[in-house]
Amino acid sequence: MIPIVMIIFLPLLLPGIINRSKAIMAGRKGQSIFQPYYHFAKLLGKDEVVSSTAGFITRIAPLIALAATLVAALFIPMGWQKSVLGFGGDFVLVLYLLALAKGIMVLAAMDSGSSFEGMGASRELSFTAFLEPAFMLILSALIYNGSLQSLASIISWHSINFHEVWSLISALLIASALYIMLLVEAARVPFDDPNTHLELTMIHEVMILDYSGFSLALIHYTAALKMLIYCSLISNLLIPGSFFWAPLIYFVLLFCQLVSIGLVESLMARFRMNRNLELVLVPVSISLLVMAALIARTLGGW
Amino acid sequence: MTNPSCLELPARLNSVAFFEQIRKLCQNGYSPMTLFGSKNRQLFCLLHQGAELKLLNGDFPSTLSFPSLSPQFPSFQILERELYEEQGLVPIGHPWLKPVRHPRGDIYEGYEFFASQSSALHEVGVGPVHAGVIEPGHFRFTCRGEIVEYLEIQLGYQHRGIIRIFEQDDIRDKVSLAECIAGDTAIGHALAYCGIVEALTATPPLGVRIRIIALELERIAMHLAVLSALAGDVAYLLGQNLLAALRTEVINTTLSICGSRFGKRWLCPGGVNYGIPMALAQGIVSNLKKTQNRIRLSCEAMLSEPSVLSRFDDTGKVTAPIASEYGFTGIVAKAAGLKLDSRVDFPLYPQIDFIPCTECSGDVYARAQLRYLEIMQSFDILFMLLKEPLDTKPLSQKPKEIKPDSLAISIVEGYRGRILHLAKTAGDGSTEFYRIVDPSLVNWQALAIAVRGEGISDFPLCNKSFDLSYCGSDL
Repeated sequence: MIPIVMIIFLPLLLPGIINRSKAIMAGRKGQSIFQPYYHFAKLLGKDEVVSSTAGFITRIAPLIALAATLVAALFIPMGWQKSVLGFGGDFVLVLYLLALAKGIMVLAAMDSGSSFEGMGASRELSFTAFLEPAFMLILSALIYNGSLQSLASIISWHSINFHEVWSLISALLIASALYIMLLVEAARVPFDDPNTHLELTMIHEVMILDYSGFSLALIHYTAALKMLIYCSLISNLLIPGSFFWAPLIYFVLLFCQLVSIGLVESLMARFRMNRNLELVLVPVSISLLVMAALIARTLGGW
Repeated sequence: MTNPSCLELPARLNSVAFFEQIRKLCQNGYSPMTLFGSKNRQLFCLLHQGAELKLLNGDFPSTLSFPSLSPQFPSFQILERELYEEQGLVPIGHPWLKPVRHPRGDIYEGYEFFASQSSALHEVGVGPVHAGVIEPGHFRFTCRGEIVEYLEIQLGYQHRGIIRIFEQDDIRDKVSLAECIAGDTAIGHALAYCGIVEALTATPPLGVRIRIIALELERIAMHLAVLSALAGDVAYLLGQNLLAALRTEVINTTLSICGSRFGKRWLCPGGVNYGIPMALAQGIVSNLKKTQNRIRLSCEAMLSEPSVLSRFDDTGKVTAPIASEYGFTGIVAKAAGLKLDSRVDFPLYPQIDFIPCTECSGDVYARAQLRYLEIMQSFDILFMLLKEPLDTKPLSQKPKEIKPDSLAISIVEGYRGRILHLAKTAGDGSTEFYRIVDPSLVNWQALAIAVRGEGISDFPLCNKSFDLSYCGSDL
């Protein structure tokens, strides 16, 4: 029950915390951490303006993306060992639900007929082309080492264990790969700039440029939920063992991740667009490293 | 030449000899500052080589057309387009003849853009309505994937007919108008305008040192604004916030002197409206010293941050040969290594021993670094001027009667580059013409050249590094 409540109410707090930590870093007081909720509520009550060149995909895309991401979130462990849903090999479903959400938004971007949105769509897809194999490789490596279980079990099986060096290596490596994916998927600096008003440099923002009102509210919520999914995976990997305080550690780790995103955003400039892809390749190489480490471990170490 | 001053009107040439003379001068290293036609069908062209000015005067060609100079001297391309638009004189052989600001006569239908039929290329149009709060202008990119192959800039949305208003009524009452030519260069343009009035009325200005202080304060504030926005464009929030806050310190200094953060109503023909009392000057100096130190720390942190450098370095290059060929001025030229600064060539206050800062790479980094260097240099000038008492009364005097039939020119190095004002009075003392040349007019072409071969996502960064004025060029 609690995970479902979290999935519904927690996501919008994430951008709130990031924005607040950025504001504090900049020496400003900053907006309330609940501002995204107010914004969400405001957008829900607004009318929509739809481009005259847009077809039906533009209308249904936010709903499909939201539904797919919500279902995917049900498979994600959030502090507890078990997720709401789960079955052996469910990670393939999760991966492709997320891909569906992204795919439909890309189609919607191209549907709107604006040249900006087409550019954003092509950029977004070029990232996905590298991130999807990385995600798949990481999970395959974990399964190679265990068995075909649900995503939640795999994660809890491989979560960090301070008494074993192999677990330490693989958990930290996977967490860092997932962190890079988080930055990319959540459209944060250094890959994207959520604050920019310059259409030519946007990636995620430019794809939703034509959306307004209710649809935009759903898109904001979906984006925040996706961030929660990645943050949860990282947090769960870093919870040592399973015990009573695990949910508390989960929240602490979640908070630390959000603040670290705010710090990265304050202290670092954005990458040049053509260099982005080089860095998106990092998770792929990390996943190969994890795979090698786990194979070495199964074969009995050195 | 003293600046500002009245120039002797040269002998009027026939149109063929006029263009021939221009060609000859350009071959000898002169570059054009302005080319225009007046109401009574005369052509004027002002050229310069270093500090040496050359004014030419000629008749309109009877055929209303002339062989274009642009193919040989690209620096004439925008000037000839302007002449074509304003006077209907057709430069035959101009590579891309279209109106600059507003069409002659009726609404200009179907703006023509350079286009390619290649299926490998696509076009992206940006503006005139932008997502941010910036001035309107249309940018048409021809791209191959993410790479910009060609950019065409179409301005004119800010055209207010400001020159026409200058030519009406008494020229001595237009200081507020001059401050509106480009709102971010209020002091630069006001100073150039005051110079014109003082030259035309033979009124020696008072409070020249205070005027220089005003000009340098504006330079510091606007360079800081640009550096802050550059940091914002690469999402380097620390630099963006710190530099924006420091800019506030500087414009608040201007506020404390004249009651306007942008220095409006500070200057007037004949002198200045507000002096700087000794007590205020001391406070300003101690405050500005602190600000200077913080600017140094912030700028050095930003310009050595690897993630920032990876964006600035080698982006949006304008090389020295291109800059001199196209006659670019100001920051663009200095960042490419050309020692072009009106504070050296046409000093308003020759007592300052001044060497212009230059950079050599001509990229975004060079322009950012140059702005930082100029800020530091302007601080030094300020501290030197603020040492001595400045509140010597009287601060201004009423301009005398306007001399008829004289031509005055006034040159000011605004923060963007060389601002040129030029005016001629008729026999009855009314204004025959008034010309304003903001550095932006010529320098927009630099942006179009700089983004070729760059990623389209680097365009906003390049654009900001040039920081050109839309309304200053649209007039």
